[in-house]
Amino acid sequence: MFKLERRPNPSKAMVIMTPILAVVLTMIAGGILFAILGKNPFEAIRIIFWDPLFNDTVASYTRPQLLIKASPLIMIALGLSFGYRANIWNIGAEGQFIMGAVAGGAVGLAFYPTESVLIFPLMVLAGAVGGFLWAMIPAFLKIKFNANEILVSLMLVYVAINFLGAMVTGPLRSPVGMNFPVSRNFNEYPSAYNGEMIANTGLHMGVLVTLAAVIVAYILLKHHIFGFQVRTAGQSPRAAKFSGVNPNITIAICLGISGGLAGMAGLFEVTGPAGKLSTNFPLGYGFTAIIVAFLGRLNPIGILFAGLLMALTYIGGELAQFQLSVPAASIQVFQGMLLFFMLAVDILVSFRIRLASREVA
Amino acid sequence: MKLLKTILAGAAIAVGLTGAASAADKLKVGFIYVGPTGDFGWSYEHDQGRMAIEEALGDKVETTYVESVPESADSERVMTQMALSGTNLIFATSFNYMDHVMNVAKKFPNVKFEHATGFKRSANVSTYSARFYEGRTVIGHIAGNMTETNTIGYIASYPIPEVIRGINAAYIAAKKVNPDVKLKIVWVFSWFDPGKEADAATALIAQGADIIMQHTDSPAAMTIAEEKGIYAFGQASDMIQFGPNARLSSIIDNWGPYYVARAQAVIDGTWASTDTWDGIAPGMVEIGDFSDKIPADVQTSANAIKDALSAGTMHSFTGPLNKQDGSVWLKDGETADDGTLAGMNFYVEGIEGEVPQ
Repeated sequence: MFKLERRPNPSKAMVIMTPILAVVLTMIAGGILFAILGKNPFEAIRIIFWDPLFNDTVASYTRPQLLIKASPLIMIALGLSFGYRANIWNIGAEGQFIMGAVAGGAVGLAFYPTESVLIFPLMVLAGAVGGFLWAMIPAFLKIKFNANEILVSLMLVYVAINFLGAMVTGPLRSPVGMNFPVSRNFNEYPSAYNGEMIANTGLHMGVLVTLAAVIVAYILLKHHIFGFQVRTAGQSPRAAKFSGVNPNITIAICLGISGGLAGMAGLFEVTGPAGKLSTNFPLGYGFTAIIVAFLGRLNPIGILFAGLLMALTYIGGELAQFQLSVPAASIQVFQGMLLFFMLAVDILVSFRIRLASREVA
Repeated sequence: MKLLKTILAGAAIAVGLTGAASAADKLKVGFIYVGPTGDFGWSYEHDQGRMAIEEALGDKVETTYVESVPESADSERVMTQMALSGTNLIFATSFNYMDHVMNVAKKFPNVKFEHATGFKRSANVSTYSARFYEGRTVIGHIAGNMTETNTIGYIASYPIPEVIRGINAAYIAAKKVNPDVKLKIVWVFSWFDPGKEADAATALIAQGADIIMQHTDSPAAMTIAEEKGIYAFGQASDMIQFGPNARLSSIIDNWGPYYVARAQAVIDGTWASTDTWDGIAPGMVEIGDFSDKIPADVQTSANAIKDALSAGTMHSFTGPLNKQDGSVWLKDGETADDGTLAGMNFYVEGIEGEVPQ
């Protein structure tokens, strides 16, 4: 009946407008959802999008929390965006995030209780290396055997989760943790603690590194030969080959960057907001970051805003849950709608729907 | 049409009096749950307790909850948001919220906190828990009598004292009536993971277990038991709807009376930080109705145990009892003190395997 036909010249304005349109559509559909649940849809939307930013009683607390929640999402999404531009699909950032936290956390705990300013930088490095090496597994298998990196990286997430479980029930288990599968609290170990640098601002080391990473990524993509190579590798692999881009190196670099950034994000998270390694540590940031990467149009500045928006739906979603007594699942549906509308609008911007004319036999 | 009305009415309110707080003289009570209220186990029963408050205190209170809150920094954020939004009393209903409760309580000295199963307290933080092990003694007695393979399967969550206490209590009671009984334990390292719980149940059945007990929150094991035609016990809530044939009895957490009393205490201005550890006697732990699959004589003896525990004439941990390594723990007639029970990290003699260290 219907047929999708590529638009010869997709509207530039529409391409930029897509995320905004997706948010508006999500608000409308989400509002209907809340109305069906018997809640005031306007109040629900206000609580989710407005209150965390501007409500008198909670905003002074929730604004900094947005930075804390968004920071790992943005950092991971930045790394993923390089690969996605080059058609290299790292779906396993969650695993790299976990391995970074484990590697970096283990390095810190190995020094306990020595205090030194060198320990934290060393941990950050170990975190990045941990994530990097974990991402090198799918890279190696893809280069050597052409194994599908989507499957390999995704499956390695589950390996990482179980590795984390083994570590916190084994070598990294806290001697003062009541037998729980948790490591020592990093906030009781000043040299390894990633705390707020200025009270009540939400600014921790990871947030600063994230902001720096946004700027570096922007420069790399727009003004550096590497950005050009990544873009051509994605848009036209043949052309990229002719211009001397080695596809294997592109694979290794793209997976390496995303693994390293995810690992670093994991380390900042475990030493700060999470506070300790535990089996509860993986909360799906690595998967949510995929949504953030696309919502941000694989553009560093876009990802910055997309990450903040995603954090807003989390924090506003919590407010909505206890102020309106809506179930947690409704908030997850709401977040899912965001990606759904994003992809739908995306399709309609680059394609148009035609009534297929009947073929003449 | 109703939908349209809701929307229109909603728009009016949203535009008109945004955020106009509900009557300020109402007591606002907030709950955070580790699982969904629809887990039909642990979180479900806490939510029943929340509703009991609403029912008992009517328009003097307003209750809210957030479900599936991870035991991470997220819980701290949720509690802070609740406190900022004018909640006066917060129930945090899982062990690992502990440090986060303490952090938030420090920032809001005027908000009262109630932390389930924890051990850290302060001027505005109370702890409460139930002597679930008394229930384990009753169901252990039933299981020991009824197992034909002499193998009871036990799905355990985390190797913390509360869980180990339950394992020991069940084993001691089963062993008393069946010297050949064996306990197979699977650790799933989660409170609520229906997939893992179901896998654990299947594995235990494959190892010969014909009765399953659990210290996890979902009815997954009960459904598996029903499918495979073996027996199980409801955990935290009755769970009979998930295993009409499989369910022998259940250990039901009844938080309602405690929650109502604590909310009333805040209203009266008599709330003070305490540590509560109640068992069968005051009704915090209830034993669900016995299935008619349990032979009459076993029902009678199980009831006798329940009554004795309730009356205080019997204790779940009464000597002579040895630790797993054979060393003496309790001499003949001696009963365990609460301190040892609260920190229990060893198996009693006869249980195979090790506490995961």
